Amino acid sequence: MTVEIPKEKWAGAVREVTLGATPDQGGSRTKTITVGGEACMPFLDFDGKTARPPVIGVEICDRKPADWSPLLYQAWGEAMDDPGAWAKAAEDAGADLIYLVLSLTTADGEPNTPDHARSALRKVLDACGLPVIVIGPGQAELDNELLVPVAEEGKGEKLVLGLCEDKNYRTIVAAAMANDQLVQSSTPMDVNLSKQLVILITDMGLPLERILMDPTTGALGYGIEYGYSVMERLRLAALQGDAMTQLPMVVTPGAETWKVKESKIGEGVPEGWGDWERRALEWEAITASSLIHAGADIVVVRHPETLRRLRAVTAELMQPVELV
Amino acid sequence: MPLTGLEIYKLLPQTNCKDCSYPTCLAFAMKLAAKQVELKDCPHVSEEAAGKLAAASAPPIRLVELSGGNGKLQVGNETVLFRHEKTFYHKPGLFLRVKAADDVEKIKALVSEASAYQVDYVGITLALDGFAIDSDGSDASSFAAAVAAAQSATQKPLILLALEPALAKAGLEAAQGKRPLLYAAEADTASEMAALAKEHHVPLVAKAGTLEALAELTQKLTDAGLEDIVLDPQIEGFHEGLERLTAIRRLAIKSNFRPLGFPVITFPGRDGAQDGSLLAAQHIAKYAGFIVVESFDPAALYPLMVLRENIYTDPQKPIQVQPGLYEINSPDDKAPVMVTTNFSITYFSVANEVESSGWPAWLLVADAEGMSVLTAWAAGNFDADRIAKAVKNFGTEEKVAHRRLIIPGQVAVLSGELEEELPGWEIMVGPREAVDISGYLKAMWS
Repeated sequence: MTVEIPKEKWAGAVREVTLGATPDQGGSRTKTITVGGEACMPFLDFDGKTARPPVIGVEICDRKPADWSPLLYQAWGEAMDDPGAWAKAAEDAGADLIYLVLSLTTADGEPNTPDHARSALRKVLDACGLPVIVIGPGQAELDNELLVPVAEEGKGEKLVLGLCEDKNYRTIVAAAMANDQLVQSSTPMDVNLSKQLVILITDMGLPLERILMDPTTGALGYGIEYGYSVMERLRLAALQGDAMTQLPMVVTPGAETWKVKESKIGEGVPEGWGDWERRALEWEAITASSLIHAGADIVVVRHPETLRRLRAVTAELMQPVELV
Repeated sequence: MPLTGLEIYKLLPQTNCKDCSYPTCLAFAMKLAAKQVELKDCPHVSEEAAGKLAAASAPPIRLVELSGGNGKLQVGNETVLFRHEKTFYHKPGLFLRVKAADDVEKIKALVSEASAYQVDYVGITLALDGFAIDSDGSDASSFAAAVAAAQSATQKPLILLALEPALAKAGLEAAQGKRPLLYAAEADTASEMAALAKEHHVPLVAKAGTLEALAELTQKLTDAGLEDIVLDPQIEGFHEGLERLTAIRRLAIKSNFRPLGFPVITFPGRDGAQDGSLLAAQHIAKYAGFIVVESFDPAALYPLMVLRENIYTDPQKPIQVQPGLYEINSPDDKAPVMVTTNFSITYFSVANEVESSGWPAWLLVADAEGMSVLTAWAAGNFDADRIAKAVKNFGTEEKVAHRRLIIPGQVAVLSGELEEELPGWEIMVGPREAVDISGYLKAMWS
């Protein structure tokens, strides 16, 4: 019996975006990372090509965070005391890129400063050869105050700066344009809001090749289904030819999952939740892997074991297969 | 794929005899397409046309039902490839593999423990759906004993993993009166297995390594009179599994390809070298109907069961709780008032934290159209106006003597506007995450 699989003929594809710059490109990275280029729903070869495997980034902070899960302190140890050492440890663990999050305050509780942010980025750039995404603390004024000097400090490195949100994107986009960097456009789980912000950013003159789309996601059990479906819809729109959705997607399952109770806490929880450490690792890996299946181009995780597990999955998803 | 009114019309006598009580055959066809009348209302339809119409109105993926002592499980009847297109209807059954070659007491112990295992997730009870009794390494009598042992320890449905017809027969006899899933017919055992499945009225798995061989096998089983079939396309890895599961779903839904219009069974992690949890997660999101897991491990099962709830949540109807003023830990008029949205995951995250903190508190649940805090705020469903209305409508001012309201940290920006909407109230900005509520109350509430 002949079985003919119904195929999709897609009109569009995801745009390719390159992060980082090597010395001969004006930066200091040992390699660049290109994401995007998919011409099908995730890994469905019979419809079109998947140009490359999804990228796995590791989230680090400019100083040791005060409120992360104890399991993460165990995993990274003393490296967390210094952003350079932490970035190096992440590179050694096999990360494709560094996702550097700037803190709201310095260790003594004062608001974070441009000097501190610059020096954290410098340490990361000096210690490892990976492309870097730099994310502000999430308060508009401080984000702008820190990300402008960061953009200057990393001039030529093709950093990604974020988060650009509908209420605060102009200064970040202007800093990216002035210093030849990229931006991360972030909107709360909504296809139209996502498109709208990309339009506003391109209206300022930043080309699409320098924008990553962050559709936001929830952790497993805390709204993952919203993020998952928004990502599927964005990818379908991209394949149908909607230019403003044809950008690679970056999501942060590490940050989402490690703040939920299932991961953060080992005591005083229902017995049915099982062993804490393994549960926490499953929470991050299952969330991240599900988002990879929904179309994520970059997943940012926190635990090195998740990085290892996802690497095996993405490698396998790229293997050619015989069907019928 | 259901036929349109016009396609149905072409199969009707087109005499406009009105015996169906509709003025024209076309009018009747339209009603039929809308499933408002039944075909038997037309006394003149030909047998051939009736056959075609019945076939076309059957669901693209057959609904298959299993039953145990008193537990029932239905899978199949799915209609879309992406959950946002409508919804996924029947959650895949999660079954635990039990080795029949093990000692009977060991089987009983494992099955009772795993059968009793349940976890509460936002008010929903999560549990395993049944057990797959694996005949590998056992003979007919020890397999029958294992099936009996499992049934003595659970009311949930079983899957009988027995490729040898003699073993299958022994297992089915031991499961008499229940409706297990029989696994499986292969090309060379198709007729024997079909006969056993028919005799015992149980659904049967068709197992083959290519989609073509699988389609041929189900055809054989259908010709033998079986209707309840489940597919085992023998998927192995992440990529090949994803493509094969997608191909089967597409063939059923887009091409109405009957030979593969059945639920699929998968065995993630059967090959011990693979990441079984992540494979199972893929199978949950991408179209499996039955998933057999290898070990009883709550740390891995709990997240998988949560994923299954999430993926199978109807996107049109977020799970909501009733807006109102909820009492936690018997609050009095001095207890803090905290506001959140009526999205059930948000509600339960907050309510569980407050409850376990031991603080008596009032939880004010505003009507935010069932969205989470940030999403509702972005969509204009959780603003100062709505929160103020909730404070007034649910009688908060009569319940507490103080006038202090704690709002979620993620909507700190609302505090100014809220103070205008609620004169006399002090607005306090709470933590961004529910997990920090206890610490916040300790530090900020006196």
